[in-house]
Amino acid sequence: MRMSRQPEGPPPPPVVQRLRVRYAKRGRLRFTSHRDFARAFERALRRSGVPIAFSAGFTPHPKVSYAGAAPTGVASDAEYLEIGLAAVREPAEVRAALDGALPPGLDIVEVVQAPADGGSLADRIEASAWRIVLPGVSAEAAGAALDRLLAADGAPVERLTKDGPRTVDARAVLLSARLANGSPDPEPAEVNARCATLEVVVRHSSPAVRPDDILTALRAIGALSTPVTPVVTRLAQGLVDPTSPEDARRLVDPLSEPGTVRA
Amino acid sequence: MTTSQPVESVFPRLEPLLPLVRKPVQYVGGELHATVKDWDAATVRWALMYPDAYEVGQPNQGLQILYEVLNEQPDVLAERTYCVWPDLEVLMRQHGIPQFTVDAHRPVGAFDLLGVSFATELGYTNLLTALDLAGVPILAAARSDGHPIVVAGGHAAFNPEPIADFIDAAVLGDGEQAVLAITDLVRAWRAGGCAGGRAGLLAALAESGVAYVPAYYDVSYLPDGRIQRVAPNRPGVPWRVAKHTVMDLDEWPYPKRPLVPLAETVHERYSVEIFRGCTRGCRFCQAGMITRPVRERSITTVGEMVQNGIAATGFEEVGLLSLSSADHSEIGEIAKGLADRYDGENVSLSLPSTRVDAFNITLANELSRNGRRTGLTFAPEGGSERMRQVINKMVTEDDLIRTVATAYGNGWRQVKLYFMCGLPTETDEDVLSIAGMARRVIATGREAAGRKDIRCTVSIGAFVPKPHTPFQWAAQLDHESVDHRLRALRSAISHDREFGRSIGLRYHDGRPSIIEGLLSRGDRRVGAVIRLVWERGQRFDGWSEHFSFERWTEACDEVFADQPVSLDWYTTRERALSEVLPWDHLDAGLDKDWMWEDWQQALAGGEVEDCRWSPCYDCGVCPSLGTETQVGPTGRALLPLTPV
Repeated sequence: MRMSRQPEGPPPPPVVQRLRVRYAKRGRLRFTSHRDFARAFERALRRSGVPIAFSAGFTPHPKVSYAGAAPTGVASDAEYLEIGLAAVREPAEVRAALDGALPPGLDIVEVVQAPADGGSLADRIEASAWRIVLPGVSAEAAGAALDRLLAADGAPVERLTKDGPRTVDARAVLLSARLANGSPDPEPAEVNARCATLEVVVRHSSPAVRPDDILTALRAIGALSTPVTPVVTRLAQGLVDPTSPEDARRLVDPLSEPGTVRA
Repeated sequence: MTTSQPVESVFPRLEPLLPLVRKPVQYVGGELHATVKDWDAATVRWALMYPDAYEVGQPNQGLQILYEVLNEQPDVLAERTYCVWPDLEVLMRQHGIPQFTVDAHRPVGAFDLLGVSFATELGYTNLLTALDLAGVPILAAARSDGHPIVVAGGHAAFNPEPIADFIDAAVLGDGEQAVLAITDLVRAWRAGGCAGGRAGLLAALAESGVAYVPAYYDVSYLPDGRIQRVAPNRPGVPWRVAKHTVMDLDEWPYPKRPLVPLAETVHERYSVEIFRGCTRGCRFCQAGMITRPVRERSITTVGEMVQNGIAATGFEEVGLLSLSSADHSEIGEIAKGLADRYDGENVSLSLPSTRVDAFNITLANELSRNGRRTGLTFAPEGGSERMRQVINKMVTEDDLIRTVATAYGNGWRQVKLYFMCGLPTETDEDVLSIAGMARRVIATGREAAGRKDIRCTVSIGAFVPKPHTPFQWAAQLDHESVDHRLRALRSAISHDREFGRSIGLRYHDGRPSIIEGLLSRGDRRVGAVIRLVWERGQRFDGWSEHFSFERWTEACDEVFADQPVSLDWYTTRERALSEVLPWDHLDAGLDKDWMWEDWQQALAGGEVEDCRWSPCYDCGVCPSLGTETQVGPTGRALLPLTPV
């Protein structure tokens, strides 16, 4: 018997439904890398019995496509992916099944049916809003550093990428940045007079400018000093709402588009 | 261990450091099926450690089984801890953060017991790092009532003498019942008002025979360095300590709810041990000797475990584990039953250890029915017919060639062959004959496959003589000679113009094996060497980028300077029958006279059959331990599951 280049048997069942998923990486599970999340998600698919479709070939892959990913160690309330199912399911049921199969901290926030002809998920995402909590930094110091960065013409930051050191401009992609008033909700206890919180909206670019790069720029140009490791959370992704104020840009929820069926 | 202070999670202090280290996810826990119990509600608390990095330790089957067995007890709490990499170790020392468990991030020093599973001796330095970070004195003698009892287990615990100074006790053999027996003793000791303190508990462990407590044995030496005698120094402590054997694996179907890691680990699959023990009788193989007799898990239990395990974890691969998986009396039915059951489900099956014969190709075809046929692995171990007779690996070159021809003919593209270098009586020619075998494999394979793009990878490691094997008396080959033979083999393969490019050679230099040899057959005097290298920064000896041969040899020179022993004395010296071996008082069930006869047979090139299918040859295990070989067949079949 000689092996053929194609597996025997019928091809796998086709995709009959596309679902878009918003998920969160929270607490200690923010230290999962994108690969860690992908493995956990694919196992959760198998445990939950969601009828995921598979690609053809000798090594079938589940039909999951990820739209970017927050860096390892950064929490996120707004990560996105799309799955293709081989059988039609209620989005709300899929949300509950997947969330139940994932460990607490990797949470499925929302599942909606993808619009039939609404373009790709990536087309609905051009920027991210990040919250940066700076323990041990006063609001005055953080505000001053932010002002200096915003006043600069450019903020070159060198970062090691897979292709070697690259320089990105952390200022050019900074759409808006402000000192958040009051305490961020999830951890009020940590917040005191010496814990400033920044909210920045950053346009996606290639190579990406990460929250770390913004912090590097704040240190270099804004003379910011961070005695304790800052805690960063992605709050939202989406297209920039042109009606939002220039110093506090809002993003349009990529799942709440016209034509999208809400879960 | 009886702490009056509240035991708090170190996580709030650890968390700010995690962004500063490599792969922080390995330290956060939170895996599916991880168990966190109320500290104050537990009577007995175990910290279980695998003394290597999380990515190696997390998949360890033994530790996961004990974790589940212990946590099923209502008043027992078990958490896991692994060795932290040096980048985090530095930060933990700077910030005063102790060794922690990954489940609830509790300090290891607060537990009643620290159980450490040593699959290999190369984890010894990592034990010292963990103890030191935990705030537990490295020397057992310096510990007080507030410190955990440090218990070693795993295969290396069959000679725990090199770490006798650092551990309080060692458990030999299967752990399932042993950890419960230890838990019972701790519970009773607690109930009795902790009579006698730490020493009282250790005495109870020793007297019951559940564990070996090195402190209750004295070792005396002869002027030439050999051991004169190992004797108990306390009344009621047995002269010999025997291993534990779980006789009915169907009663212990663990793991039931295996941990599913978030971090990437070395094995990501649901593994079921299909049997324990092996009586093939390969003379180099410690695992095959110390885990006797053979005890099969029934086809029905295997089937249930796989079904539950896949449903509980979502793993896409099932490993059917044992020391020689194709030897299960119903392996054909198991493989076919599982392949039928998971047809079209994208669940793949693997048999990690298989013998060399055509039957395995049929099995492998069955297992890969829905997947790719990439590579098959066989372990002839010795390159020449003579060498294989010496080690009792009864496979002829013609068997091997027939097997690989079938494999290539069935669409497999790559065959991996495992060998050892430095076996007793080995010559340069024995090793060079590996090249000839690989050439025949490729020539036959090209013919059978009808194509040229097939490969054969030869993977070769240095042989280390192990305690409780017929080769325990053998001289280990010095690393210069190992390296010389491997270089000659490499040269023979790379100069082969016809086949050389189809043959890959993978080998490591012989030096780490010499240190493994020192730690394997060492005695209590080796402990000072372990401590000295650790103090000088030695960590993670199983990782080539962390291993320093020079540090080990320098420490040996210093520690042994005024003693009649040396690194060579422990490794490259052949022992005589009359010599007291450091592990003679530890009973793996094997009859020492039988092992010596088998060693003499090896030197004469004699072979021994497998006692599962031929008469008993009196290795001693069954009568001395009251056990017997338990082999099927049960005659049952696995039913395909009906999807709901």
